[in-house]
Amino acid sequence: MRRRDFLKKSGIALGAAGLTTFPHVWVKDYQYAWADDDEIQVGVLYSLTGTTAIVEKQLSKVTEMAIDQINANGGVLGKKVVPIIEDPASDPRTFNEKANKLVVRDRVPSVFGSYTSASRKAALPVFEKRKNLYWYPTFYEGFECSKNVIYTGAVPNQQQENFVPWITKQGYNKFFIVGSNYIYPREMAKVCKILVEREGGSWVADEYLELGHTEWGSMVNKMKTMWEAGECDCVYSNVVGDSIVAFRREFINQGLSYDKFPIFATVCSEIEVQAMGADYAAGSVTSFPYFQSVSNPANEKFVEDVKSTMGGDTVTYHAMECAYFQVFLWAQSVETAGEVDPLSVREASKGQEVDAPEGRVRIEPENLHCWLTPRIGVWGSDGQAEIVDEYAEPLMPLPYSAYGEAPDNLFCTQAGLDSSKLKT
Amino acid sequence: MADVFFIGLSLSSILLLVALGLAITYGTMGVINMAHGELVMIGAYVTVLCQTHFGLHFLLCIPVAFVVTGAVGYAIERFVVRRLYGRLLDTLLATWALAIIIQQAIRLEFGAAFAGLHIDGLGPGLQNVPIPSFFRETFLVGDFVVQPYRTFIIVLTIGLFILTWWLIFHTSFGMQLRAVSRNRGIASCCGIDDKRINAWTFAYGSALAGAAGVMLAGFKTVSPSMGTPFVIDGFLVVVMGGVGSLFGTLGSAVILGEVQGWVASLLNDVLARAIVFGVIIVVIIIRPQGLFSRRGR
Repeated sequence: MRRRDFLKKSGIALGAAGLTTFPHVWVKDYQYAWADDDEIQVGVLYSLTGTTAIVEKQLSKVTEMAIDQINANGGVLGKKVVPIIEDPASDPRTFNEKANKLVVRDRVPSVFGSYTSASRKAALPVFEKRKNLYWYPTFYEGFECSKNVIYTGAVPNQQQENFVPWITKQGYNKFFIVGSNYIYPREMAKVCKILVEREGGSWVADEYLELGHTEWGSMVNKMKTMWEAGECDCVYSNVVGDSIVAFRREFINQGLSYDKFPIFATVCSEIEVQAMGADYAAGSVTSFPYFQSVSNPANEKFVEDVKSTMGGDTVTYHAMECAYFQVFLWAQSVETAGEVDPLSVREASKGQEVDAPEGRVRIEPENLHCWLTPRIGVWGSDGQAEIVDEYAEPLMPLPYSAYGEAPDNLFCTQAGLDSSKLKT
Repeated sequence: MADVFFIGLSLSSILLLVALGLAITYGTMGVINMAHGELVMIGAYVTVLCQTHFGLHFLLCIPVAFVVTGAVGYAIERFVVRRLYGRLLDTLLATWALAIIIQQAIRLEFGAAFAGLHIDGLGPGLQNVPIPSFFRETFLVGDFVVQPYRTFIIVLTIGLFILTWWLIFHTSFGMQLRAVSRNRGIASCCGIDDKRINAWTFAYGSALAGAAGVMLAGFKTVSPSMGTPFVIDGFLVVVMGGVGSLFGTLGSAVILGEVQGWVASLLNDVLARAIVFGVIIVVIIIRPQGLFSRRGR
């Protein structure tokens, strides 16, 4: 046999062997066996170490708790759900690696994970490329339209469409907008400005402080000066993380008080209030679809379950609630689909509803975000919010509301993002 | 006007509080102590622990933190830094490693977490230090609103600065310290116990960081990684002021604090930070030895 013939023949032989042994390498959309006979594995991807671990650890635990509860009720499709827990260590690159590991090596048909937008953006390409499904529980800035992510947290319109009109109705219409310097507060501010102007109010300042910055002296002084001069009458805060605590402390230490010069905040849930000390939050106002104080049987059970698995001083909050109910949304979608493969589950998830702790939630078929019920809470000195306003019905999620998206003019649909609308 | 100046002064005092310890360890001993931020953090945790476990008054936490971090600093010098004198890069690496170890020790509650035990006030979470109510109540002097807490920090910083100055220039310990920092070999030939001097100097510098930690605990949440940003600010102040010059550190802290305060008020905070760094770059290019020092770095 000549060398050329040998190479040719062995090439053909190898190719044929490859086609039969590793068909998924060659055939587009080849389906793996997603589940064993008696169990379904799913990925859980929240940081157990690193800077955001304090919150994400709880999200991981609450996901496990939901899975345990589903298993106690007979599992999904009669099979036991087994979580594969990974620790991406608060590092976006590690999120990407671990997502790859879960999807490619473990072949899980869905992954629950991420807290920050940065980590979601890092993991996203894996799910899009491998046609898998990522369940993301945090409220975020919107401006995303992926077919491989189910977003269960609030988008800006669900936190602000109720909030800004409510504020102006209280008689405050000169807004001092302040935020941490990154994409979420900036997008939130855009929506806020649209709403304030629609309500006939005005915004007089739009200021930012570096993420994690804790020296608030100058900023609070600026607010105070403008307030004393009558140029602004309330603060609209999109400050996140550790900075919130320093901000509120400085605000009180400079002799300001919420009853005369209120702070209306978008990112200030029970866990932040616990971190700053309830005294510093008492009297300020927050808008979220969920508060621990929501009163209904589902929430009472949820709060009780959380306290018994994570300790009596654990508080529940919006992101945690979403991390919990999204597992049930997934389970229900799998039951509807009758199988676990990600694309069938995605199709089955459209329009899926569950009774979450906050009430009825539904996945919007067009953009895979969740219908949630906007609520406004005033913080008390016990670290819990008194709910002073809530919608009777859940509100439609509009991830592009900052750019003019409306229920009758959707930017993000099942067909994908209509980017021609973004430019106008 | 007055309140912007006051904010600037307050920023200066916090910078100085952190930098003072560094001015001692880096400025006079020539040790780059990357664990300085962690010593600040230890000071803050001492406050948390004293308050949750012993119900100690906030003000009394200052001397306790001073002594505890001083002791930690003494141990660091005795076991690590002493073996690395004259090896600048090695001390930098070794103290950085120490910084990581200290942070993790707090996160793991000194190993108790492995045994499933939990000590209130430690662990990876955020801690809160309530400050006494009289620090929160502002009062008027003429037209000017006095903020007691910030005012107290300014006063305390001035007090610690005077103490440090007196210690270095008016005691025999300070004279020996200055001799050792000029020339270790000759100083020890003259009968100065340079090891003892260095250990106590390092302990004192660390103790200052501990006092800073207590004051910072009243501003922000206490967490294991809280100290890291301060070490950078601290070095900037010391380098700009001139290594080895105590008054240089004072001067550059005041300049940087006021620049930050004024720019933040007139423009915004993000820009203020950038301009502060800009000022430092310009100063270091024009005067590599620092603003107030005749010696090179």
